[in-house]
Amino acid sequence: MDAPTILAQAAKVDTGDTAWMLIATALVLLMTPALGLFYAGLVRGKNTLNTFMMCISAIAIGAVTWAAVGYSLAFDGTGDLIGGLGYAFLNDVTFEPVGEMTIPHLLFMAYQGTFCIITIALISGAVVERMRFGAWIVFAALWSILVYAVLAHWGFGGGWLFEGGTLDFAGGIAVEMASGFSAVAAAIVVGARKDYGRQALLPHNSVFVLLGAALLWFGWFGFNGGSGFTTGQNSVLAFTNTLLCPAATLLVWFALDAIRGRRVTAVGAATAIIVGCVLITPAGGFVSPGWAMALGAAGALPCYAMIVWRPRTRVDETLDVLAAHGIAGFTGILFIGFFAQENWNAISDGLLYGNADQLKWQALAALATPVYAFVVTFALLKVLGFLFPLRVSEHEESLGMDVTQHGEEAYPSGDGAILVTTEAASEEPVPAAQPG
Amino acid sequence: MKLVIGIVRPEKANDVLEALYRAEVRGVSLSRVQGHGGELDRVETYRGTTVKMGLADKVRFEVAVSDEFVQPTLDALCDGGRTGEVGDGKIFVVPLERVVRIRTGETDDRAVTPVGA
Repeated sequence: MDAPTILAQAAKVDTGDTAWMLIATALVLLMTPALGLFYAGLVRGKNTLNTFMMCISAIAIGAVTWAAVGYSLAFDGTGDLIGGLGYAFLNDVTFEPVGEMTIPHLLFMAYQGTFCIITIALISGAVVERMRFGAWIVFAALWSILVYAVLAHWGFGGGWLFEGGTLDFAGGIAVEMASGFSAVAAAIVVGARKDYGRQALLPHNSVFVLLGAALLWFGWFGFNGGSGFTTGQNSVLAFTNTLLCPAATLLVWFALDAIRGRRVTAVGAATAIIVGCVLITPAGGFVSPGWAMALGAAGALPCYAMIVWRPRTRVDETLDVLAAHGIAGFTGILFIGFFAQENWNAISDGLLYGNADQLKWQALAALATPVYAFVVTFALLKVLGFLFPLRVSEHEESLGMDVTQHGEEAYPSGDGAILVTTEAASEEPVPAAQPG
Repeated sequence: MKLVIGIVRPEKANDVLEALYRAEVRGVSLSRVQGHGGELDRVETYRGTTVKMGLADKVRFEVAVSDEFVQPTLDALCDGGRTGEVGDGKIFVVPLERVVRIRTGETDDRAVTPVGA
């Protein structure tokens, strides 16, 4: 294609929409390190860096697999189950907008790529403190194609749910339910931490947890607010609902904490922020602000119940991805089926406003997605488990993942550290200052 | 009366606590210390700086006990702390001259006997 053609077609691009989507893409990318901070605070100090690195590695893996084939499988064509390979290696992904869009195709691809990245990172919460870093990398790369790209196609990219009429504004299907139910499968196959159920395994830095959750909320304005791909009404609605829904969840969570333990907890508040953001993710641009707050309040209950119940089981789904993402995403997807309002979203009503068909399609998504995510993740990890060990030895687990996987510590004292350099090898070793 | 000082691996500290609890040794202080006892140095890299960590993190238990509790305390520290690798730590037993329980003013054996025992 010669340059003038590109310019002519690029004229459909709206500068305001594009400016917002550039920012939104960066906001969503921020969510992955924010999740790293959140997760790192929740684990024990000796596993801080490894936990954070699982999230950082998701950026490396997700961006590359997305550009290579993931984007194409998700967004090329309207095949029922999976897209084509027409956009593989970003073939034909240029400045020219696709369909009705008013932003460059390339930007759309990048924006969607950040969703793939955060979803990979979310699953790490199920296997922290024990999964080998190398095994994680291989699993994450394959998962991003076999599960994420497929479910993104179903939910956003022209697959059977999308074409049938399932409404999913920002990823209740491909992001939240996919990560939540894959996390359970991963926790089962990888197995529990050796100390699980024997020792109290406490968050080592609750300030990280709160700060990570707060940064996630900030990024979520790009995640939900950008999922209309314009600066139009649905985006403004989703953006506003991203403020209101988690606030309602927080309030209810405070009450639940106070009833159950007589005190409102900080780690609980951080969890509530995430639950609230997830609840509104699928519904953001489809329900009124009032219903968004109702969703935030009511949706807190099943998630809270799951968080209380899960540690009493033998499934060490360590950081409760199922409760915070799977159950919340499931609730949000179903909620649309009841409370969507055409005079707010200009697309469709829910059951309460006379459209039972919408509920049918929401229920189909809420049933099919968990099954697909669980089964494929389970099978993938079983196969990988035959090829190489998925987890570290018990000895390495007790030493901590930071030292054994990365040769670093999150909190090195530096006392007594001896500097090793090639030049100094012949000289007397000198104690090093704090490495910086 | 003896003061039993046990220096163990941090990852075994919980096992030691559990073993002490089973041996009905109730009064324990512990602190995080760093030390070196002949184990292999751990090598870490931070950007271009490679360092040998000459000091390893350890947990130091201090247990003041009456004489008949010395052996159970030693057994608990050994059972809970042992992995068989170099670096499992050491136990020092030192005589105690006087002990005072601040709350009641009780001294010596009565002061090292846990409340309610």
